[in-house]
Amino acid sequence: MDDLRELYQATILGHNKKPRNFHVLEDATHQADGRNPLCGDALTLYARVNDSDIVEELAFQGTGCAISKASASLMTEFVKGKTLEEVHRDFERFHDLVTSPPGVEPDTSELGKLAVFSGVREYPVRVKCATLAWHALRSALEEGGETVKTE
Amino acid sequence: MSLDTEKIRADFPILATQMRGQPLTYLDSAASAQKPRAVIEAISDFYSAHYANIHRGVYQLSAEATIAYESVRTRVARFIGAANPRELIFVRNATEAINLVARSWGETEIGRDDEIVLTHMEHHANIVPWQMLASRVGAKIRVAAVTDSGELDVEHLKSLLGPRTKLLAFAHVSNALGSINPVHELTALAREHGITTLVDGAQAAPHQPVDVDALGADFYALSGHKVFGPTGAGVLHGRLPLLESMPPFLGGGDMIESVSFEGTTFAPVPQKFEAGTPDIASVIGFGAAIDYLSEVGMDKIAAYEQSLLTYATERLEDLPGLRIVGTAKEKAAVISFVLENIHPHDIGTILDGCGVAIRAGHHCAQPLMDRMGVPATARASLSFYNNREDVDRLITALEKTQELFG
Repeated sequence: MDDLRELYQATILGHNKKPRNFHVLEDATHQADGRNPLCGDALTLYARVNDSDIVEELAFQGTGCAISKASASLMTEFVKGKTLEEVHRDFERFHDLVTSPPGVEPDTSELGKLAVFSGVREYPVRVKCATLAWHALRSALEEGGETVKTE
Repeated sequence: MSLDTEKIRADFPILATQMRGQPLTYLDSAASAQKPRAVIEAISDFYSAHYANIHRGVYQLSAEATIAYESVRTRVARFIGAANPRELIFVRNATEAINLVARSWGETEIGRDDEIVLTHMEHHANIVPWQMLASRVGAKIRVAAVTDSGELDVEHLKSLLGPRTKLLAFAHVSNALGSINPVHELTALAREHGITTLVDGAQAAPHQPVDVDALGADFYALSGHKVFGPTGAGVLHGRLPLLESMPPFLGGGDMIESVSFEGTTFAPVPQKFEAGTPDIASVIGFGAAIDYLSEVGMDKIAAYEQSLLTYATERLEDLPGLRIVGTAKEKAAVISFVLENIHPHDIGTILDGCGVAIRAGHHCAQPLMDRMGVPATARASLSFYNNREDVDRLITALEKTQELFG
């Protein structure tokens, strides 16, 4: 059970129960769907980006496991107010966090609350759950918002 | 009709191992079944002492390998009640069997505006090949409804059968819900309309005796790895006149009578459908699995599993917040369920941490998940090597899951 508590930390369980920014964003400038075909997770990610390339507002909707939902929830809080460039860097950092090999201590100094996802490394099949919202965000911001799949 | 489960469990070496530091509780046999020592040893023995290519060597070793391979065809025929071993084509798995029929029979017999009737509870393997065929030839797919309890709506299916219907394809047992379909009734219905039938038997053969002659389907597909044999060997059973009328599926060696650049004549059934060197060792292992099951007795296995299914169903129903998805009157030992406010994927991970292997997701049956109104389920599938302690460990792990999620 200890491993499981490491994966399902209180922050993750809390955000799963009460996801933040869990609604449609009516005035979104960017939007993308994320799907995880293996387990049926599906979410829509909304973002409003202003003329200065700052992500002013984020929201999401959909169904998914605790990991994917909490990740989406924490991500929307984490990247709000950041520039596109900063968001891109955050994507890379988060990706490194959940995919770094066990034994290698990941650098969480710039990741704030997102560090709670470090336990995902022990469960490779769950990496795609943790990164689903991030892939959808990147797709919304960079690729014009087609459905992205993590598998 | 009792089974010596202790003895049976001892026949499956993997059941004595651990997963994440806990005794392995394997409840995912519907995805793939574990292998008895007899199968593992048959493969090892074949490679160690009897291996050669088949159907071509003039030397003793090859001749013996050929006899061993062909004897599996005879034994599988007996196991599934086929009158003639020539009606059995070795394929990789049920998926390949269905694709073979879709390509060979389908492209010959199904044309523009013809209709293919499927059910809403099919595995993707019995949907996608027909969709691919339909888009190639301009045919239409019609889908028979499933009730809220996960049973096939036979009346609705009847209403779909018409003069344009060329094929009725359906699962013997639903992989996702365990519902058992009334195969005999459906094949009789199709025959009245002159409709060809294909039954996906992948989930039936591991749980109950199968008698293809009595079931009356034109084609019956099954995977060896789900009946405790190795991966890589399965069979398509087809009625002989149909198989004889069908063009080959894959071309190559072993499926020909004679080849020249002016033209090629094909070998008789079943060789016509078995191009190239097959997975010989897996077929040998498949034969060992069939022999093992015959010795235990499929009747006994079916009766034992039904009592285990009843026990598991009762225990699961006692858990607050748990809902079983698929409550058909006739069910194989497969239980899909959801827990209130906990996603199946999380259930799967937490159970894994408790040494319990289940499947979580859409079970390659997305249309059925949509129909049942769930994005995914957790699925515990039971086999005759599972016992009540396995069920108890599942329940304890589910209680821990609920505790963790508060």
